[in-house]
Amino acid sequence: METLKAQKKDSTTQKTIRITGAEAIIHCLLAEGVDLIYGYPGGAIMPVYDELYKFQDRLTHILTRHEQGATHAAQGYARVTGRVGVAMATSGPGATNLVTGLADAQIDSTPMVCITGQVTRSLLGSDAFQETDIVGISTPVTKWNYQITRVEEIPEIMAKAFYIAKSGRPGPVLVDITKNAQFDELDFVYEKCTKVRSYKPVPKPEAGSLEKAAELINSAKKPFIVFGQGVILGEAEAELKAFVEKTGIPAAWTILGLSAMDTDHPLNVGMVGMHGNYGPNLLTNECDVLIAIGMRFDDRVTGNLDTYAKQAKVIHFEIDPAEVDKNVKVDVAVLGNSKETLRDILPLVDKKEHNAWKAEFDKMYQIEYDALINKDIHPTKDGLTMGEVIEQINLASDHKAVIVSDVGQHQMIACRYAKFKQSKSNITSGGLGTMGFGLPAAIGAKMGAMDREVVAIIGDGGYQMTIQELGVIFQHNVPVKIVVLNNDHLGMVRQWQELFFDRRYASTVMTNPDFVKIAEGYHIQARRVTERGDLQEAVQEMMASKNPYFLEVKVEKEDNVFPMIPSGASVSDIRLK
Amino acid sequence: MEKQWYTISAYSENHVGLLNRISGIFLKRHINIESLNVSKSEIEGVSKFTIVVFTTEDWTRKIVGQIEKQVEVIKAYYHTDDETIYQESALFKIASHLLFDERQIQNIIKESHSQIVTVNREFFALAKTGRRHEIDEMHEALEPYGILQFVRSGRIAVTKATMPISEMLQEFQEN
Repeated sequence: METLKAQKKDSTTQKTIRITGAEAIIHCLLAEGVDLIYGYPGGAIMPVYDELYKFQDRLTHILTRHEQGATHAAQGYARVTGRVGVAMATSGPGATNLVTGLADAQIDSTPMVCITGQVTRSLLGSDAFQETDIVGISTPVTKWNYQITRVEEIPEIMAKAFYIAKSGRPGPVLVDITKNAQFDELDFVYEKCTKVRSYKPVPKPEAGSLEKAAELINSAKKPFIVFGQGVILGEAEAELKAFVEKTGIPAAWTILGLSAMDTDHPLNVGMVGMHGNYGPNLLTNECDVLIAIGMRFDDRVTGNLDTYAKQAKVIHFEIDPAEVDKNVKVDVAVLGNSKETLRDILPLVDKKEHNAWKAEFDKMYQIEYDALINKDIHPTKDGLTMGEVIEQINLASDHKAVIVSDVGQHQMIACRYAKFKQSKSNITSGGLGTMGFGLPAAIGAKMGAMDREVVAIIGDGGYQMTIQELGVIFQHNVPVKIVVLNNDHLGMVRQWQELFFDRRYASTVMTNPDFVKIAEGYHIQARRVTERGDLQEAVQEMMASKNPYFLEVKVEKEDNVFPMIPSGASVSDIRLK
Repeated sequence: MEKQWYTISAYSENHVGLLNRISGIFLKRHINIESLNVSKSEIEGVSKFTIVVFTTEDWTRKIVGQIEKQVEVIKAYYHTDDETIYQESALFKIASHLLFDERQIQNIIKESHSQIVTVNREFFALAKTGRRHEIDEMHEALEPYGILQFVRSGRIAVTKATMPISEMLQEFQEN
């Protein structure tokens, strides 16, 4: 360990060494503190892989079974650690297979650096074997990208890539490196990037905006907070808690804000959005001041904008100026990192309680509990529900697990019912809604948080999109717990077909393989539950295991997720059935 | 909201690929770029994009926000026609015999304040700098006689108000 540290230090010193571009890339990664990357080799990136072989004592490379898996694993790692995730691929198809993960990281603001090999400089533009314009292709789905064609560019561009990915509103960066630049030599010296002339990652709040916001908050009768992932990315969880507790304002979260605040906190009133809780959605249109913190008013959160919180004064704490007034016109924008702005507004707000207003949320919760929640998590009807599986995981994990979900009904149920005590614990594909995200993201999450339980909740559809990553779990014995909630349908699409397309179930019925046997084929302990009586014991067995574990739960085939705001409807039109 | 002409000015680093990023912002929102000009600016090493759109102020503001968000963009502004001094350039290629056969052509050249750039036996070329409508009027006048080739540049514009880019760059450097 000592020597490793000493060597690591070496790569950040100012001493010049004569090395190849490929080796320089490794030194750049080490200098950025990277010790784990996900990827897939191929012709145009082979010089770098050759160096990875030599540096394997200091830099672990995990071979995913598909490049998409590498991006989602890097995302899972980034989301759970707050560090930059790294994925690597070759040119052509290797590079294009990264696109879904890049788009996912872009819309969910996940810091990630993707490195791709490219054909040698002299072949660029000749339609060479495995040549593709990945810089052109990835432009709309990256925060920044660059093609390195000269070896001398490597240190500066790599430093810039990591800085841009992590600073301000984070996002994915792609660096494409031609093969000649990997082979050629340079006098290597690495300097970390701390600024880019044209780039201002964290804007300052406009003069007076904090005071204006505080004034609105202090005079509000029915204030309401909606927080998003900005709190987690800004590591402002303690500041949020202090703000909520001092002002006594009920606080709800977007799907990506989940786990930023203890789910059992008395002022945590639940989730907003299409399948969010009844109270927070309905009362959005009752509040007099809406305080949005680190969220971007996605359409799945707001429903119809023409009828969204029109009665309220809106305050927006936001790091990205382009998000202000993008979807919802705000009365006061407080620009900056929420960690600083929430800290700075705290002395300006009055200590208050809003008991009568909070009681309205409690009343709504009771209505929702009686109509839905109780039946979801403590069902008495035949057929297992997704909700009772999540409830069993809550009980077995004591609210301490990292929950990774895929996309669809199980995702909404997991986010509605999973309980959290710790931030950075809910990993899901929010903005892009990427089926297949769950399994590889869980691998990255587990490798980023080896001391924590990581439970992947996945539907039978999404599971089969990246099922090949079981190979990684087996090869590296990554002790993730995989729960497939199998309803033999693409459940969310089937639900929409039932509700809005007269039950025409076009291509949503799945004839599934024996998932237990597949897991066993990868030598992963596996079990199937079909009866309620076996569920608790099976979940406990899974959670007690020190190894990877696969649990398939056969759930009711045609259950629906409620509440629901139909697409394009108002938050006031939320349906309980 | 009412649509009108807006001139967007974006100061940026000279970076390969930035044009692609900026045009993508328009593409994604189905907003047509009416004219685009990229040139050097008053500051050494800093490029200036001049983009003309016909849309609402709300969309223009959002687009400018997205442009400014790009890593290499230093600052972006938008202005109405009243707030800018702007010009376009056009070239007309016309058969030379018309100069002698059609007396009206000489009048058009005179009245439009255009310049003859070159003349040879086959053709002559006219250059005209001015507002879009002036160029359009000249085009209309010449069209009946036959225009061999026509091209018009993107709008170039300077604003009546100051654009404190140098100060901004200084500030970036210091912070």
